[in-house]
Amino acid sequence: MRFRTRTSPHMVPGHSVGGLMRQVLYALIPGTLAMAWFFGWGVLVNVVLSVLFAVMFEALMVTLRRRPVGVTLGDSSAVLAGWLFALAIPPLAPVWVLLVGTGFAIVVAKPLYGGLGYNPFNPAMVGYVVVLVSFPRELSLWPSPEGLADASFTLWQTLQTTLTGRLPEGMDWDAITRATPMDMMREALVSGQTVHEVTRSPVFGSFSQTEWEWAGNLFLLGGLWLLYRRVITWHIPVSMLLSLATIAGVFWVIDPDQFASPAFHVFSGAAIIGAFFIATDPVSAATTPLGRILFGIGIGILTYIIRTWGGYPDGVAFAVLLMNMVAPTLDHYTRPRIFGHSGDGRG
Amino acid sequence: MQLHHFHGGLKLDEHKAESTARPLLTMGVPKYLYVPLSQHIGAQTECVVEAGDRIAKGQRIGRAKDYICANVHAPTSGWIRGIVEHPVPHPSGLSAPCIKIETDGRDRWGDDRLEPWRDWRERDPRSLRERVRDAGIVGMGGAAFPTAVKLNPRPGKRIHTLVVNGAECEPYITCDDLLMRTHPEAILEGARIVSHMVGAERVLFAVEDNKPEALRALTDAVASGEHDFIRIVSIPSVYPTGGERQLIKVLTGREVPSAGLPADLGMVCHNTGTLKAIREAVVAGQPLISRIVTVTGPGVREPRNVEALIGTPFADLVAAAGGYRPDVDRLVMGGPMMGFAVGDDAVPIIKGTNCLLATRPQDTPQPGPVMPCIRCGECTRVCPANLLPQQMYWFAKSKDFDTIQDYGLFDCIECGCCAQVCPSNIPLVQYYRFAKQEIWGREKERQKADLARERFEFRQQRQEREEREKAERLARKKAALAKKDSAPTEKKAAIEDAIERARARKTAQPAEERSAQDRERADG
Repeated sequence: MRFRTRTSPHMVPGHSVGGLMRQVLYALIPGTLAMAWFFGWGVLVNVVLSVLFAVMFEALMVTLRRRPVGVTLGDSSAVLAGWLFALAIPPLAPVWVLLVGTGFAIVVAKPLYGGLGYNPFNPAMVGYVVVLVSFPRELSLWPSPEGLADASFTLWQTLQTTLTGRLPEGMDWDAITRATPMDMMREALVSGQTVHEVTRSPVFGSFSQTEWEWAGNLFLLGGLWLLYRRVITWHIPVSMLLSLATIAGVFWVIDPDQFASPAFHVFSGAAIIGAFFIATDPVSAATTPLGRILFGIGIGILTYIIRTWGGYPDGVAFAVLLMNMVAPTLDHYTRPRIFGHSGDGRG
Repeated sequence: MQLHHFHGGLKLDEHKAESTARPLLTMGVPKYLYVPLSQHIGAQTECVVEAGDRIAKGQRIGRAKDYICANVHAPTSGWIRGIVEHPVPHPSGLSAPCIKIETDGRDRWGDDRLEPWRDWRERDPRSLRERVRDAGIVGMGGAAFPTAVKLNPRPGKRIHTLVVNGAECEPYITCDDLLMRTHPEAILEGARIVSHMVGAERVLFAVEDNKPEALRALTDAVASGEHDFIRIVSIPSVYPTGGERQLIKVLTGREVPSAGLPADLGMVCHNTGTLKAIREAVVAGQPLISRIVTVTGPGVREPRNVEALIGTPFADLVAAAGGYRPDVDRLVMGGPMMGFAVGDDAVPIIKGTNCLLATRPQDTPQPGPVMPCIRCGECTRVCPANLLPQQMYWFAKSKDFDTIQDYGLFDCIECGCCAQVCPSNIPLVQYYRFAKQEIWGREKERQKADLARERFEFRQQRQEREEREKAERLARKKAALAKKDSAPTEKKAAIEDAIERARARKTAQPAEERSAQDRERADG
């Protein structure tokens, strides 16, 4: 009897790229729902539109590159990039912000470098940084839960706002938006207030604004689930959050009036989602165990520096992109010791 | 006993119970046997029989003509029906020279059978090693490296520990398990013989903890005999703990140096099946002509272990295990992680055939299309050699063979853990094998080129030397000739001298006269 020969291993295959990406998507759901709960329909509108745009751009590029469209879209990486991008964008941002951002994330940051697996930068963060530096006003208008509730903002009104870039009749940006915790802290410290005065504000919960804390907690939950499922390893999230907390702690101990607490830094802004969902993008991160720890530490420190002394209220996106640049170097210098070798394994 | 860990490894579904439920079956003698001349790592044996020869069981039919080589013996009595090209179990799927034996069904030993040595304790290690070599024993865990070479002492390396490898870490395979359950005494005697040969003071007999029956059988056998220097060690079931280097690390916490051997740590490691074969060769005078094979997988009806003669076709073994199930589409020699699929079940079993694994499409679904590497690092997490498979993949793909060696290509044991966990379905091990082959190929080319250059330079030197010598010879000849000519030249010169002198005299005379006249004129 004759058989067709195939290569080993002769086992049921384990993971698949698409499967891994989809698990990350599942892990994003609780945090996304929490954001939608607080910041309204705009969050979901952003996610749906960005994912749609991202998939369209991906399909377009794959067709141009004459690759099988089904296989590439099946890896779900475009969906993930679109989703992560959407979460960074204010919920009532106009549609062209989403188009430009996803366009840069998918068209420029991925296929132009060779597609999935070859992109040196995190696609979602490339898209976000492009719109952040291009459209600072649109990117600063975060609605506040109370503002939305007072205006009883509906899905229809949200869509109107997103598609036209203008609020419905009789509404006013000042009424429905509020500074994010990072913005508040920044403004206050610049204008001479103390950290304590900021955190005493009624919108603050234990560490940060209540809604941001909740979103952070649920993203943390999703991240822990990814760790449990072994979709990501502990190295990057732990080292990034620890280094951010440590450096924040040092300055906070030195001067608690001028420097926000470590808890504020960890639970405000993009630190949690950045640590578990963005910095862990395997393609653009370091790949050796030690390299990943250094990569995480680098992001934590850069995030703190940008937040405290830089020009932007939050720095996770810039920190991730900066560390993406050194990832290959980190990999080169952090090779593990090979079995049976002495020293650093480079012999 | 304090056990240790090696990096990585995988917990795999064992699938061992399927084939251990049925007792060991000794197979009959088939009508024809195809015994490959090369069943081991090393040089091919030289056939020492001819078509038409009558042969006895155990008669040597292939002679080892190299140090790293192993004799081949007739598994049963019969007639040689030719040296033929026949498909052999090899990843290439190619045919190779096999001795075709028509069996006579009498299974008769010859008169020149090896003498049984029950008194092996009185024999010196050298003659025991010679016996192992005569018996054509190779490593029976699958690698088939000639055992006598491994038993040979290395200068300056004292062996204190014999490690017996009964780990059998790959899923599905149970031939060692069955052997340990049914022949614990023989294996232990083999271990004592080897200890005697290499001078080991202790034996660490490692068995994975998923084989409680084997562990019990061995422990009982140790308790009832004089084996107090043998220690049965139950080790955790992690793939690939049966790798020699991984096993030594688990047992001792020490790592065999990258380019070294276990002997560098004073250890030598042998598989249980090998020890049993050594025992049979020494105590019973029986060369390696049969072995236990696990015939298993969801593609056979009655998975079991069979003892079969070397040269028996795979198809006969499958038939002994109840035959194929419908729509079986893959037949693997070895385990699911390191084994290779054969294209034809007419291939014969060889000394290293530990397992036949038959699967259907639903058991081993075709993995999805190969996707780009996303550097997820799962391969790094599971690599037992602590390599960076994802990086080595890039270098293999870009044929950067210097860098890939720098990343430890030759420390890769090809266990397949990385390929198993790769979410992109990249056949990583194939890339590393490709890189190794290319490097070996280039090394060979380089050596050949070096040799050719040396030859050319030597030839050039020789030609130059010859040219020089010729020239010198010529010069000498010329000089000699010139010397020979010099006698007549002197004569000639003398003659010319004489003539000159005569002429000078002639011309001188008038000159004198003239001067005399001048003088007279002046006087006058």
